[in-house]
Amino acid sequence: MLTDITLGQYFPGTSPLHSMDARVKIVLLFIYIVAIFLFDNHINYGIMTAGAVGVVLLSRLPLGMVLKSIKPLWWIILFSFGIHLFSTPGEPIFKLWMLSMTWEGVVKGFFIGLRLVLMIMVSSMLMFTTSPLKLTDGLESLMSPLKKIGFPAHELAMMMTIAMRFIPTLLEETDKIIKAQQSRGSDIGEGNFLQRAKGMIPVLVPLFISAFRRADELAVAMEARCYQGGEDRTRMKQQRLHDVDFWAGGIFALFIISLVAVQLTLN
Amino acid sequence: MSIELKHVSHTYMPKTPFERLALDDISLLVPEGKITAIAGHTGSGKSTLIQHFNGLLKPDKGSILVDGVDIGTKTAEARAARRKVGIVFQYPEYQLFEETIAKDIGFGPGNMGCNEEEIAERVRFAMEFVDLDCETYAHRSPFQLSGGQKRRAAIAGILALKPKYLVLDEPTAGLDPRGRQALMERFCRLHREAGTTIVLISHNMDNIANYADNVIILNRGRVTLEAPPAEAFSRSELISEAGLELPEVKVIMDDLARHGLDIQQDAFTMDQAVQEIMAALRRQNRC
Amino acid sequence: MSFIECIDLTHIYNAGMENQQLAVDRVNMKINEGEFVAVLGTNGSGKSTLAKHFNGLLLPSSGKCLVDGMDTTDEAHTYDIRRQIGMVFQNPDNQIIAAIVEDDIGFGPENIGLDPHEIRRNVTAALRAVNMEEFRHFSPHHLSGGQKQRVAIAGALAMNTRCLVLDEPTAMLDPRGRHEVMETVSRLNRERGITIVYITHFMEEAALADRIFVMDQKHMVAAGTPREIFRDIGTMKKRGLAVPMAAELAYRLQQRGVKLSESIINREDLVRALCQ
Repeated sequence: MLTDITLGQYFPGTSPLHSMDARVKIVLLFIYIVAIFLFDNHINYGIMTAGAVGVVLLSRLPLGMVLKSIKPLWWIILFSFGIHLFSTPGEPIFKLWMLSMTWEGVVKGFFIGLRLVLMIMVSSMLMFTTSPLKLTDGLESLMSPLKKIGFPAHELAMMMTIAMRFIPTLLEETDKIIKAQQSRGSDIGEGNFLQRAKGMIPVLVPLFISAFRRADELAVAMEARCYQGGEDRTRMKQQRLHDVDFWAGGIFALFIISLVAVQLTLN
Repeated sequence: MSIELKHVSHTYMPKTPFERLALDDISLLVPEGKITAIAGHTGSGKSTLIQHFNGLLKPDKGSILVDGVDIGTKTAEARAARRKVGIVFQYPEYQLFEETIAKDIGFGPGNMGCNEEEIAERVRFAMEFVDLDCETYAHRSPFQLSGGQKRRAAIAGILALKPKYLVLDEPTAGLDPRGRQALMERFCRLHREAGTTIVLISHNMDNIANYADNVIILNRGRVTLEAPPAEAFSRSELISEAGLELPEVKVIMDDLARHGLDIQQDAFTMDQAVQEIMAALRRQNRC
Repeated sequence: MSFIECIDLTHIYNAGMENQQLAVDRVNMKINEGEFVAVLGTNGSGKSTLAKHFNGLLLPSSGKCLVDGMDTTDEAHTYDIRRQIGMVFQNPDNQIIAAIVEDDIGFGPENIGLDPHEIRRNVTAALRAVNMEEFRHFSPHHLSGGQKQRVAIAGALAMNTRCLVLDEPTAMLDPRGRHEVMETVSRLNRERGITIVYITHFMEEAALADRIFVMDQKHMVAAGTPREIFRDIGTMKKRGLAVPMAAELAYRLQQRGVKLSESIINREDLVRALCQ
């Protein structure tokens, strides 16, 4: 079933990770991802993996859930592993026609795969522990300095809020339409590429029409509730930093310092 | 011949925090040639249940037999059996997608491998049945129709499959009183004239009281009652437990009886009620 | 002075274009503050279009709509009017904006720029008013239809609305959900004096109103108490509508010679008339 997808789902909870300010989480995540690409020695990979595992443990979410979030991207990970396996020069393990698999390739492929896994894991931790509204509020306030140069920060945040609110609704709807058309004997997802593409029309047309109808009704409902854009709008939930955010910032700083230290020592 | 469910269970999103047992060991029978009503509140498992009737969902446990054939297998026989069941989902008008009404209605027959002539014939039959004039509407876009007409065009798309078993999920939801009545009468005609077996999924007990031969009550993924209407409506505690209401006529009759009117026979449709009240008044020499 | 007043209100969609369409034709009506009125009419009779005039979502093509004396076409009053007149629509899914209940209820107050503490207070009070306190942190996706509609009602209450306009709020709900919404709406009317404009296809719901307006073919064709409106079964059926079951039963009994008072519209009336 389509609603099995968990990426982008929020799991309410009371862990330290849940109570952190969204802005702090976004900034730290950003730095972490940059760090993944900057530091490329094995010890640092170890430290970063430990950090990621620590974050998962801190979230008190079931481990299975977190691993499941990687599942949809499993193929990309395997693919990039495969590419590196064969494209890295070095001591060959065996040769297959023009391609040769190397030990260096295995190692490099493994670490590239690890990078991807870490990135997805930590990013999905942000999604899992931050309510969509806090997330968009966080993004909006991080982007708000850009408003001065005409960047539509509020509009973007509102779009994201609505998108997130409607993802489950539209997934459910897609599921319904697929089933309805299957009941009319339509073979969705069968046959060759062309047949498959053609088979999508009976699903996509109603889905778009329905999405537009929803958008239209939602716009009316928002207008009825006095929505008039970002001007003069107040927020119920003010974003304030708490102890937990300072602690997190501190610990994260130590984490980065140790990464830098290891990197410098090894070079 | 019938649709028969044997110990069917279905779990959504197994092994996640969202795991939910939607159907719990369901056994039931939809006899051929009858109108069977399945009632339950939203979330009682009705939608999950009907999706098993034509194999859209597969049971975790148990089996579904259509005319004695297990539809869970991959044989041609099972495929043919699945095709005997047509489902009109809730708000079916949201499934329309073709440029013209005729093409949309012909989509199903086309998928079944009918030839042009047969498709045209079925489209005509289906449009006539839902009271959409073929001449006028066949080549119009379905999106130009009014809400009620769209609903009927979408239903025609299922009727064109000529299903032996027609499953209707809240077919009258959102319609005005005239639209509700007209549509229900069309289904009754289909039942009478073509002998189609009808499964009516609804929480509208007045509708069920008027049309059903058999009532199945679903609550928390279990069948809590399977009986003819008269018997079903006498189990008011089961009905309210399932989040449903007795038919309004039945409630009125119970009230009258409680307040001293000498009512001897149960009544749950308007005609029955008029007769019973007249009889009671005569007994009490009041008219 | 009436709270909502329509004077010769006409609405034409796409006016002046090829596909222009008359939706509401010269409607006159008055709704008093604190009243509970129902609006009946078949699909396409113009009731939804009419309702969207009450808070200026649509503006009359000709004629006027006054809310508390303010003309809805006067832009200076648009948000004042919308704040006073909350709307609840048919599809509960398409009016909830946020992914958490309390955030959604706070949406309106945020838009009108209330101060954060006041928003919180209003949200709490609104949740209590619709008996949804325990669902404060829920995702709307996990609520039943009736609960979602109560969230939508709370969203309006949090703006200190004086009037709720509900456009077929129970059309997509099961009996339990319908009951929840009906109970909430009549309680808000009774206890808080909130004016209710309730559009519905369910006659039993309309029978609970103080007054009923009937629309047919874009016109306002009748207005009166439920007893006055449901007395005339023939006309109601001709308009594609119906009457409550009890009224129909009484009518059929009268036709067969039973002498009953003319104005039976609910069970209690019928019991009183038959069991004495």
